[in-house]
Amino acid sequence: MSYEKFTILKSSAVPLPIENVDTDQIIPARFLKATERKGFGANLFRDWRYESDNTPKKDFVLNNEKFSGEILVGGKNFGSGSSREHAAWAIYDYGFRCVVSSFFADIFRNNCLNIGVLPVQVSPDFLKKIFFEIEKNPKIEFTIDLKEQKIIISDNNFSTEFFEINNYKKQNMINGFDDIDYLINIKPDIKKFANKMPL
Amino acid sequence: MNKTLFDKVWDKHVVHSIKNGPEVLFIDRHMVHEVTSPVAFLGLKKRDIKVMYPERTFATADHNTPTINQHLPVKDPLSANQLRALEENSKTYNISYWGLGHKKNGIVHVIGPEYGITLPGATIVCGDSHTSTHGAFGAIAFGIGTSEVEMVLSTQCIMQQKPKSMRINIDGSLSKGVTPKDVALYIISMLSTSGATGFFVEYSGDVFNQMSMEGRMTVCNLSIEMGARGGMIAPDHKTFKYIKGREFAPKGLKWNEAMKYWKTLFSDKGVKFDKEYHFHGKDIEPMITYGTNPGMGTSILKGIPKSNNIDGGGQTYKKSLEYMSFNEGDKMIGKKIDFVFLGSCTNGRIEDFRSFAAIVKGRKKAKNVTAWLVPGSHMVEKAIKDEGLLDVLKEAGFELREPGCSACLAMNEDKIPPGKYAVSTSNRNFEGRQGPGSRTLLASPLVAAAAAITGEVTDPRSFF
Ligand code: SF4
Repeated sequence: MSYEKFTILKSSAVPLPIENVDTDQIIPARFLKATERKGFGANLFRDWRYESDNTPKKDFVLNNEKFSGEILVGGKNFGSGSSREHAAWAIYDYGFRCVVSSFFADIFRNNCLNIGVLPVQVSPDFLKKIFFEIEKNPKIEFTIDLKEQKIIISDNNFSTEFFEINNYKKQNMINGFDDIDYLINIKPDIKKFANKMPL
Repeated sequence: MNKTLFDKVWDKHVVHSIKNGPEVLFIDRHMVHEVTSPVAFLGLKKRDIKVMYPERTFATADHNTPTINQHLPVKDPLSANQLRALEENSKTYNISYWGLGHKKNGIVHVIGPEYGITLPGATIVCGDSHTSTHGAFGAIAFGIGTSEVEMVLSTQCIMQQKPKSMRINIDGSLSKGVTPKDVALYIISMLSTSGATGFFVEYSGDVFNQMSMEGRMTVCNLSIEMGARGGMIAPDHKTFKYIKGREFAPKGLKWNEAMKYWKTLFSDKGVKFDKEYHFHGKDIEPMITYGTNPGMGTSILKGIPKSNNIDGGGQTYKKSLEYMSFNEGDKMIGKKIDFVFLGSCTNGRIEDFRSFAAIVKGRKKAKNVTAWLVPGSHMVEKAIKDEGLLDVLKEAGFELREPGCSACLAMNEDKIPPGKYAVSTSNRNFEGRQGPGSRTLLASPLVAAAAAITGEVTDPRSFF
């Protein structure tokens, strides 16, 4: 299904300076029992966010009113582990439109792109700077400009970094198209191709 | 031009290349399970389209199924609902469905090879990251997300950027007591959980040549744990012998034709990989993990590394040890454990049960240990009984459960309680993976068996 278009996002960010955040943490397996894509945000980072009796854990960043925004900033190797797209759904459903890290796991990155969450990969130094600036001023604004492929911190010098994204995926995000639309359009070619492929 | 094994299979499946974009890859076989498929089927309904090639699509129920009393209705209403959804979707879209109670039911990556669905030179996907298992046959096999499941259901294609190539060579041979699981945990500990991100791995060298098909599946299965899209091994006489005669494998003339293609599936001499590693079999010992990702593994005889030896991740590392309630420098041998889990698509095949049984034979399970022995499929379960292993296990105080993913991801009732330690033959030791608050030590079936007997982390070689 097509999704919301993404061009420019201006927002403060939520910092999670932990490495190797795996998708089991983002959404634990016991919350994967739904048959519809609904309500996953409530269980985002469930076991880091809540005690077993459902009281919020004070020291977890999502429970800290100081931090808010549509950007989640994570440590290196974000989204490793299970292929569950539910992780990306939970991030989206909670209200994030963009995840920033210095390194993403492959499947997680694809899953994000497929549902309209923009993964922005920055250098380790820039990531450090982001965490540093948020710590100094939790409300500091970031600009994610997809057209220009830039992430800008509203610090004194407007520190900026360019990020990579595959051009096809970029156009999809900007226009809110998805891959299935594309594939359905070339179905006749696929059929011809399939005839040559033994079962 | 010289090509890698991966190139040969990939290039054969490219329908379309998009300039500066991904490639449209044709998928030969698509495995489906109950957890990652319902939203994809909903997408089909919304668009009012059919499954394009139901005959290339195979559905099973495994992630969410109970492993006792499978003949009774599923108690958890949400699980039952998901199982029902898959059954209905399979019916609506004409897909073969091997649900709970079906004699071919089992973990998706165990039954694929068992029924000859997995073939050399094929492209295989499933909404599960351990789809990499099927690479053991020289297939390109990888896990996908639900949007991609919807793509494959509706168009039999997926859009993918071609990954970079990596080869991992291990020469020599393995010492006694060292298993394919140890080989994989060793590699991941050397490369880290993100060491192969962006790559597709080929395993080569004597260690893999000598390895059984099931061992190769274990190794390829764990490729994802170092971040790789998948791993593969060139098919050889063992591969062909394994496949021949299986239900969905080609027969007669088709077999001969397939063999012609399969015999071309190897990396050409002199071909360059983007990255290459060399290890030696004799350096590998029985492994165990001590932390909360599969890269945090060590030889069972060694201690937990000091955080100042850990590159960059000091804070994350400490958080991890805190969760496990371990200290830097602790010895692993002798650590008390509470649970043992033998099973999963990593180590739930018949050879794994043979290894386990060989250790526990004539001994008794430790009283303080709860052991869950879960075969990967009904075919494995039947072999356990037919080979007399069940008697060996029973005599040692163990029970056998019914097939499924079970405590590998603890979506059903098989959850390790908070704070308890489990030696598990599965693939992930993430926080809470085996149940909220559970603590997992990943290891081979031999190490798991030794721990089940002594109630603590034990070198299985002391039982030989
Ligand atoms: S056994 Fe574990 S890793 Fe394998 S398919 Fe099941 S849940 Fe996934």
